[in-house]
Amino acid sequence: MEWQFFTEVLVGGLLSGVMYSLVAIGFVLIYKTSGVLNFAQGALLLFAALTFVSLTERGLPGWAAILLTLAAMTVIGAAIERAVLRPLVNQPPITLFMATLGVSYVIEGAAQLLWGTQVHGLDLGIDDLPLEFGGVLVSSFDLFAAAVAGAMVAALTLFFRYTRIGLGFRAVADDQLAALAVGLSLDRIWTAVWTAAGVVALVAGLVWGARLGVQFSLSLVVLKALPVLVLGGFDSIAGAIVGGLIVGAVEKLAEVYIGPFVGGGIEGWIAYVAALGFLLIRPSGLFGAKLVERV
Amino acid sequence: MTIHEVLLSLDGVEATYNHAIRALSGVSLTVRTKEIVALLGANGAGKTTALKALSGLLPAERGQIAAGSIVYDGEDVTRRSPAELVRAGLVQVLEGRHCFRSLTVEDNLIVGGQVRGLDRAALRSELERIYALFPRLRDRRRIPAGLTSGGEQQMTAIGRALMARPRLLVLDEPSMGLAPMVVEGIFAALKRLNREEGLSILVAEQNSTVALRHADRASVLETGRTVLDGSAADLRDRDDIKAFYLGFGVGSSTAAATTPTAA
Repeated sequence: MEWQFFTEVLVGGLLSGVMYSLVAIGFVLIYKTSGVLNFAQGALLLFAALTFVSLTERGLPGWAAILLTLAAMTVIGAAIERAVLRPLVNQPPITLFMATLGVSYVIEGAAQLLWGTQVHGLDLGIDDLPLEFGGVLVSSFDLFAAAVAGAMVAALTLFFRYTRIGLGFRAVADDQLAALAVGLSLDRIWTAVWTAAGVVALVAGLVWGARLGVQFSLSLVVLKALPVLVLGGFDSIAGAIVGGLIVGAVEKLAEVYIGPFVGGGIEGWIAYVAALGFLLIRPSGLFGAKLVERV
Repeated sequence: MTIHEVLLSLDGVEATYNHAIRALSGVSLTVRTKEIVALLGANGAGKTTALKALSGLLPAERGQIAAGSIVYDGEDVTRRSPAELVRAGLVQVLEGRHCFRSLTVEDNLIVGGQVRGLDRAALRSELERIYALFPRLRDRRRIPAGLTSGGEQQMTAIGRALMARPRLLVLDEPSMGLAPMVVEGIFAALKRLNREEGLSILVAEQNSTVALRHADRASVLETGRTVLDGSAADLRDRDDIKAFYLGFGVGSSTAAATTPTAA
């Protein structure tokens, strides 16, 4: 059953790609409104997962741990914006990027200081059972992760479409100077965005932590998000989703079908090759910075 | 003309970019209530910088006010944020329109009214006010602003600013890149607001013919400095001034400046 195997690999790839999208969305939120490539997104994700695990290990019930972690992430997100990014406003993008790089190490250090360095298992109570759909095996955990990502995207979409601050967010993303000129408070919108990025980091951290275990290498998932962003465009949530799916599928298919000819182990870097190739064809990504313009 | 109170005054304003590049070296002008003032000058004379300075937008462009004072409505606003100024009724329509391209025309207008925190009913009636002023926007309200014509974008940008209920509307080159008929329509609408609602207007223009026809007074900038200030009627009639500062007539050193330039 060759096609069945192919479908299985493809579906597995797409579902693991959703996990990449979860990380990439955090980047997009911040990049879209402030033009900052927030390298600290991975550290935020690690911090969220670690905080949640440590709290549950200290005997807190799951819901309380989630609420506490959520509170911590919103505070941290807003604090980074206020203490680091706001004083640097209007500085060149590379300065801001370097600042977030520094922030990511500070967060990792703080996490280490606070919660120690051992590896934790994270159990969300979701079994990883293979489910069969018409002869194709699909991991139940992957389905769960996809559902979480879907719910999060739906929530973000509703937020941006139907709330005042969401409209303000889209206005700032379109044209910062014009947003200033009509009296929008960029500070307030940026705080909201960083808070949202903190929440996204929590969701991604829990899912990734449950998948890989909570350890410091978790912050390196940012490196998985980069090719996703290159493919999908840095400023499009839809792009982050599609980019994630493509990267996931490419990784798995390449590993299975090309891997044997080059000795395997290509899952780790093939996404970068795809992204590099894509850069040459379409530098702004699939959905990136599409200009709504009539000439 | 009756004497009105001074709404805005700039006095010896100097401005730099990056603390290094000098853009203004002595701009003074006043706008009284219910007055239309034209700010004229060739490309690069400092009109846009002057307007950004008085709207608090210079810091966003890495610019700063180095000297001088800006007084609006009796208060020194030299270091005010744009949001504070908008709330106080000083709103600028930026050069090149700067619509929120992916937002619909109506959403553009709604964002313009956000500073006022209107409820649904008040927002509706404010939108109706704008649609009455620019009927074309009503037909285009569900279309992304980036897909509308240049004139419609200019109307959207002006409507968006009017949603904040300004007392002083500041416009930077509203005629740029637009057909003469469209420009006339826009100036007619502004004139109506000025007459019927007492809106004060400060408009920077390279197209001095149109601006002088509608303005009460005008200030002329040259290389970042106010060089002339007077009633629009006087400036209209004095050919030597037009030739020298505003780039009319053959053989003047600034003749080339009448060519419209894209931003």
